[in-house]
Amino acid sequence: MKQKCRYKNKKNRFGEKNLCLTLLSAPTLIWYLVFCYFPLFGIIMAFKRYRLVPGKGFFYSLIYGSDWVGFDNFRFLFLNPEIGRVVRNTVLYNLVFLILETVIPVVLAIWMSYIHSKIVRTFAQISLLLPYFMSWIIVSYLVYAFLSPDRGTVNALLEKLDMTGISFYQRPEFWPFILCFVQIWKSSGYIMMLYYARMVTIDSELFDAAAVDGASVTRVIRHIILPELKSVIVVMTLLNLGHLFSTDFGLFYQVTRNAGSILSSTETIDVFIYKALMEQSNYGFSAAASLIQNGIGCIILIFANQILKRTGTEGRIL
Amino acid sequence: MIKKNKDEDNYYIRGLGRGSDTVLSALLFIISFISILPVILIIIVSFSSEDSVVANGYSFFPDKWSLEAYSYLSGNIKTIMMSFGVTAAVTLAGTFLSLFFISTMAYALSQKDFHFNRIFTYVVMIPVFFGGGVAASYAVNTQMLGMKNTIFALILPPACSSWYIIVMRTYFLNNIPPEILEAARLDGASTFRIFRKFVLPLSKPILITVGLFEAFSYWNIWYENLLYTDSNHSRLYTLQYVLYNMQKNASFISSNDSITGAVVTRVPTESFRMALVVVIILPILVTYPLFQRYFKKGLLSGSGK
Repeated sequence: MKQKCRYKNKKNRFGEKNLCLTLLSAPTLIWYLVFCYFPLFGIIMAFKRYRLVPGKGFFYSLIYGSDWVGFDNFRFLFLNPEIGRVVRNTVLYNLVFLILETVIPVVLAIWMSYIHSKIVRTFAQISLLLPYFMSWIIVSYLVYAFLSPDRGTVNALLEKLDMTGISFYQRPEFWPFILCFVQIWKSSGYIMMLYYARMVTIDSELFDAAAVDGASVTRVIRHIILPELKSVIVVMTLLNLGHLFSTDFGLFYQVTRNAGSILSSTETIDVFIYKALMEQSNYGFSAAASLIQNGIGCIILIFANQILKRTGTEGRIL
Repeated sequence: MIKKNKDEDNYYIRGLGRGSDTVLSALLFIISFISILPVILIIIVSFSSEDSVVANGYSFFPDKWSLEAYSYLSGNIKTIMMSFGVTAAVTLAGTFLSLFFISTMAYALSQKDFHFNRIFTYVVMIPVFFGGGVAASYAVNTQMLGMKNTIFALILPPACSSWYIIVMRTYFLNNIPPEILEAARLDGASTFRIFRKFVLPLSKPILITVGLFEAFSYWNIWYENLLYTDSNHSRLYTLQYVLYNMQKNASFISSNDSITGAVVTRVPTESFRMALVVVIILPILVTYPLFQRYFKKGLLSGSGK
């Protein structure tokens, strides 16, 4: 009798299970609607001169209160003298991150899984992941402790070696290296954990069999471990490619302390968008930049995904 | 289901000789130590005397140790008490809210026979790749929802994460035997009851992992303050944002003193800032290693395919 009932539930879209699951996921669905899908109307903003009609809400102001300006926002964006530099910074930083954030965590994960001592492994896991939990504000303090022109540890060391100190916050040429280092320091522990978690699932009999055959460590890594990690690497690379034009606002705004004289090598699109919005209240301009940023990211992602589909690689997301 | 290796807790791949194992262990130890070196430096500076910081800069080996930064902090505890309260409240409320949002949706998506499974998966995945941008979110949150200068602006916008939904869904799929749920269903348990009594208790590692990650990210909140809190609503400032303001404006501490009316002889500015940094990261430093062992388990079963 009950068996029959369950069967009916499975078929019926208004059955108890479907109803309950819909109810259960409804709050999350509403959250997505409000915080992720309403802002999609911001695409319209990019083609308007947005202004808030006093006493009316966002949608009224957007639809009736603001004038269409066609592609004016985009024209201003491309005419902006800084845009070339900003886009170049964004893409270059992301490409370097893409490579480093794949290679270093994979190496660390494989390295760690070969270590015999449990104490060393645990210590490594804890200390490598710790930076991931520091906010960018804290990180900016940590970086400042090392690089501060008059109090920094690095300059103190340089002076001991009879060299002149460096005013890091005024010298743009150092920042690509500093920011890459900071980013890797903060994120590689977390990404390493993802790879390490995948490695633990590899059947240990494979390694035993390899040992019996007398395979060297490099052979084991090349023929057993890397093929297993490939799907994770592909997914992570795809996600990063989708965000090729987006950067972590905290890294480029906080860690650099928004210092004016190093902007040439530190300003990225997200900082640019933030400044357009909060310092100039230019909604349309900011929205236009976001639209381009998201649009290109999406196109790259779909394109990359299509290539993976053609070649039949596992691990694609769409 | 993922096949489990037997000694998962003490998992390592055999193959290194004793010599290379020692060298690689030592190197890994050094790298890991370098990774926490900045935190150690901050802790040392916070215990240095202000004079030695002014004279020699931030140093791993201060001339004189001192507790003056902490005694100053405890003497002026009022100035950060409000932000501490705000941060704690935001962290507590935010963590529970996000766990609720994430686990319910993840459970619904883990049920293959759920009618809306496909469409809801799209709803969750699309925002990962495409969004309206900061300007539109800002307009929606302030002009439509009226959250400017409210505590909700700190809790609601970051409350859900597609990434954790997927991780948790995968965990449910891999780690909860469908037979148990079927048996419960045959006994007449409702879907709500199954979720509460069977799914959640069986998912402790992933709930702890995601909960802790969310708790840390709420504890670290500052961006929402930067966007949604005006300077005349400073009682909504989180600890991180207080730090941010201190960095911009060294006189923040002394200006607060004039409000509280405390008589200031000398402010140990440099070490005091670092002491505040230490106090703010202390909860993370203490709780994180305790729960660290769950992370591997949680991420392991969550991210594997």
